[in-house]
Amino acid sequence: MALVLALAGLAVFLVVPPFLPEWITFLLTLAWAKALAVLGIVLLLRGGLLTFGHALYYAVGAYTAGFAVKFLGVHDGLVVLVLAVVTGAGASALLGLLLARYRGVHFGLLNLAFSMVLYAILLKFYAVTGGTDGLRLPTPLLAGVKPDAQHLRLTIYYVTVVLAALLLYVAYRFTTSPLGYTLRAVRDNEVRVEYMGASVSQAIYCSYIVAGVMASVGGVLAGFSVGHIVPEVSFWTQSGEFVFVALLGGTGSVLAPVAGSIVFEFVRNYAFKYSPYTWQMTLGIVLLIIIFFLPGGLWSLTGIARRWGFATRRWSR
Amino acid sequence: MRAVLETIGLTKFFGMVRAAEDLSLSFQEGELVGIVGPNGSGKTTLLNVITGYVKPDRGRIRYQGKDITGLSPRAVADLGIARSFQMPQLYLSLTVLENLVLALAIRAGRAREFWAPLVRADRLDEARRVLEQFDLEEHATHEAGQLPEGARKLLDVALSFARRPRILLMDEPTSGVSARDKSKVMDTLVPVLKGTGVTTIFVEHDMEVVQRYAERVLAFDEGKVVAAGSPDAVLADPAVRRALLGQP
Repeated sequence: MALVLALAGLAVFLVVPPFLPEWITFLLTLAWAKALAVLGIVLLLRGGLLTFGHALYYAVGAYTAGFAVKFLGVHDGLVVLVLAVVTGAGASALLGLLLARYRGVHFGLLNLAFSMVLYAILLKFYAVTGGTDGLRLPTPLLAGVKPDAQHLRLTIYYVTVVLAALLLYVAYRFTTSPLGYTLRAVRDNEVRVEYMGASVSQAIYCSYIVAGVMASVGGVLAGFSVGHIVPEVSFWTQSGEFVFVALLGGTGSVLAPVAGSIVFEFVRNYAFKYSPYTWQMTLGIVLLIIIFFLPGGLWSLTGIARRWGFATRRWSR
Repeated sequence: MRAVLETIGLTKFFGMVRAAEDLSLSFQEGELVGIVGPNGSGKTTLLNVITGYVKPDRGRIRYQGKDITGLSPRAVADLGIARSFQMPQLYLSLTVLENLVLALAIRAGRAREFWAPLVRADRLDEARRVLEQFDLEEHATHEAGQLPEGARKLLDVALSFARRPRILLMDEPTSGVSARDKSKVMDTLVPVLKGTGVTTIFVEHDMEVVQRYAERVLAFDEGKVVAAGSPDAVLADPAVRRALLGQP
């Protein structure tokens, strides 16, 4: 049943956009791309690990695309995506060697520290990174074919949604696998996990790499959607935004980050439109409302709906 | 019968506190050994040292003739030594069935598998069999965090048992359980453990439980064994009665 609903939801996202204004398609593209970075945070949260620096891998993906275009002359989006998977996995595998040993606030802040180191590098190495100007990402080829300029926005949207849906499926498989359950078990009771013969640090390390790859792919997709990347993609506010969206959506499902990300993009867009000087306050109020009334995030609405549906059936009997 | 587990001159101090001093013990295959002693006498320390949670200051531990001193809890678990805890150590947000199915997957060396689903028909069947043995079927779909204390204790042992260990160490399996349920817990556990021939060492405060279920008893005081033998003989020993019951 859940699979049918998920596929029906995906069908809506595939069918409706051609009838929407272009700016909404752009917002949706960005939301789906960023949802992948948020998904990485959600996966780690299932293991009780909160990172305040996940924008690091988002930036690794975005700049992989920038460097591939600038230095390697690679213009095919699919090749760039493969490169981003490699760099995202490589960077998270390297840093994970250290970070998988930490928990709690140390884990969160060490991630933040590394993301700020990357931010400084992106900012200062002007000749390579373009500094504050960033790097331009031209329209990518898709399997060697240049997308039709008239339908460019829609094409990028579809590529983003299809890839994100594939990665959501990967994340779903991950969460229902022994490794996904071991990660949940780590959150509940590390001592027991070790006494049962599983490695806590290996479970965290592997999950950290999966989360890094997700964010890296999200960075590429967002980069191609915007057409330009700047060092701020690695700044702590970007990581904070991902954590915000993770809390907004909830951790109850791999689909929750998509719901959270879409709601966030639209709330921010309208908040900025109607109160350009106080839009952050609007976002803050939205988060407070969520924390007070839906501590499990927007996804907990599905549980409420299920209970309500159950109650309705009972009433109708 | 042959010794499956031996400690040789095992010594552990925590500062000035003597938790184990020159302990040389031998446990035979398939036996059910109870360990008694007052608080701080070193009972739990012995379990912690055997399972690698605490490193001994001196001495060796041999399991099936192999030196396992200083191995990590995970390495000790892989060799076939499992333990349960005084405070049940469960995955509280998972259901009882998920707790067990995960234990089975870890036992099969599948903890790092990230594509195949955890819940498979063969694992479910085996988990249900274990639940049946431990009289936990009615709780199968309940989250472990919602279980009553007696069921938590049983699940804690069931998780260790699901690893099919050669040796099972139980730390106060009836503590925190009502007097009425103590017999129920032990009456459930003991036949299952005896039926599989697993060597069981259990720490217990309740003398009645030890007398009724243990085949051999070790009485600890200040990190040393002050008496060893049959339950009746040990519990009648004046040194044990002094240490445990404060009798002159």
